[in-house]
Amino acid sequence: MSGAGLPTWVQAVALVCALALVVALKVLTHPRTARTGNLVVAGVAAVALVVTLLHGDLDHRPVVVGALLVGGLGGLAAGRTVPMALVPQAVAALVAAGGAAVALTAVVLLEQATPLTPPVDVLVTVLAAVAGSLALAGSLVLVGRLRGVLPTRPVSSPVLPVVLALAVLAVVVLAVPTRDDPATWQALVLVLLGLVVGALLVLPLASVDLSVALPLLNAVAGVGVAALGYALGSLVLLVAGALVAATGAVITALVATAMARPLGTVLLTGLRGRPTPGGRGGPRARSERAARAEDVAIVLGYAERVVVVPGYGLAMARAHHTLRELGDALTARGVDVVYAVHPVAGRVPGHMGTLLDEAEVPREQVVGVDRVNAGLVRTDVVLVVGANDVVNPAARTTPSAPVYGMTVVNADEVATVVVLKRSTRPGYAGIDNELLHRGGTTLLLGDLRASLARLLVAVNRL
Amino acid sequence: MSDPAVWLAVAVLATAVGAEMVSGTASTLHGPLLLAASALQGVVLLAAVTLAGTADGLALVVALVAVALSAANLVGGLVLTDRLLRVFARRRAPVLPHEDA
Repeated sequence: MSGAGLPTWVQAVALVCALALVVALKVLTHPRTARTGNLVVAGVAAVALVVTLLHGDLDHRPVVVGALLVGGLGGLAAGRTVPMALVPQAVAALVAAGGAAVALTAVVLLEQATPLTPPVDVLVTVLAAVAGSLALAGSLVLVGRLRGVLPTRPVSSPVLPVVLALAVLAVVVLAVPTRDDPATWQALVLVLLGLVVGALLVLPLASVDLSVALPLLNAVAGVGVAALGYALGSLVLLVAGALVAATGAVITALVATAMARPLGTVLLTGLRGRPTPGGRGGPRARSERAARAEDVAIVLGYAERVVVVPGYGLAMARAHHTLRELGDALTARGVDVVYAVHPVAGRVPGHMGTLLDEAEVPREQVVGVDRVNAGLVRTDVVLVVGANDVVNPAARTTPSAPVYGMTVVNADEVATVVVLKRSTRPGYAGIDNELLHRGGTTLLLGDLRASLARLLVAVNRL
Repeated sequence: MSDPAVWLAVAVLATAVGAEMVSGTASTLHGPLLLAASALQGVVLLAAVTLAGTADGLALVVALVAVALSAANLVGGLVLTDRLLRVFARRRAPVLPHEDA
């Protein structure tokens, strides 16, 4: 740690930068302000870089600036041209580049270490070297598997866990002599071991689990950045690394939960030499996905076209006025809102038409089932409000179902379906609805009027 | 600020604050947020620059490679994040709902 000797103004700037990063992260979690958060990160990086270049007595400034320009311009060109569809691979490539930089920096730092360097500093640098190389190898394997350069199917063998355990053990054993007498060869062996561990962690994962591995590798790289921050006495690095680690870890957990695949299962099943069941949702394929109103509000608020399918539940909850307010709020945002009125939705024919009329829903927004089905290709989201049987795909697919042959809103043809329901009980016809168990369907459970009111508030906050 | 315990405390607090902020994020933003986090790890550039300024010989070459890689990570990540977030910004409310009513 060399932070103590810094001039006061440098420490003050570092503190402001660290604080700005925390604020930037907060701002990044809201769709309307996220872009500002990204700009703040850029500003902090620029300020910290200029301070680093100016205050320290650095040698080789021209070549350092040269390397900086080469990398920066390369990154600029890549960041501008990468197609949006390749964002996951781009993130993996970024994690790989950052991980490599962490590992290389740690090696240089270990090379400069002397027997006088505090053992804690050396151990923390060892941690950075291993974390960086782990993130590098893991994300390179991930990119390779996503691109099909490496086998897309999980690689598994009973030998893998043994090798992995030995590599981890070797890291621990080697860290001890390195702590007391750091040498370059030890640093290089540690990097090599980190590479092995990273590759072996990602190779056996089922392809569906790769999206869980990506934020995890990001978090590991973040730990490496924070460790370098400690070893170099840089508050900005320490805080930035900690924030990256926290973000990566939380996103890992959120993605794992959303996919109903606990992290332990993801990592361990693959390692046991038995690949995790790939594809089709894994062990809890029939589970429904429940969401929060804020999530649903973003889905609705940023859609081009939303089809609302009201049902008897809406009448029961007397929530039609709130629904109309939600529809108006979406329309005001520029969303094309259409209400699909099914002739038998509700308990009396024409029930929904009357209800929407009472709520003063604009007539031109109320559309019959046939016209709605014709326009589903252009629809981003179907919002099912207290309806069930009238969106049941069994009407087309299952001849034994009581609803078979009935005209329904083909909600299953739209990528995103949000179902507002009081409970997970089946509808009036008493049959299960396959739509609820589908991947793109999200449930918002609870009293319909309360759910709609929460959605309205959340949409207005967007 | 030189006590290891103080630094550890700062790291733990920053992690806790970061986790608390991110844990409530809507799933739609997980992608952009992950991208932003992977851009942010590019600040390792600061460490690489510091070390390149003190290293010589082969170590200097290694440090320069680290400088270039982390600069690419930082700039590329920030630019791509901005492109991704512009998709959200494009769909801003043309009229605020309460002004409309």
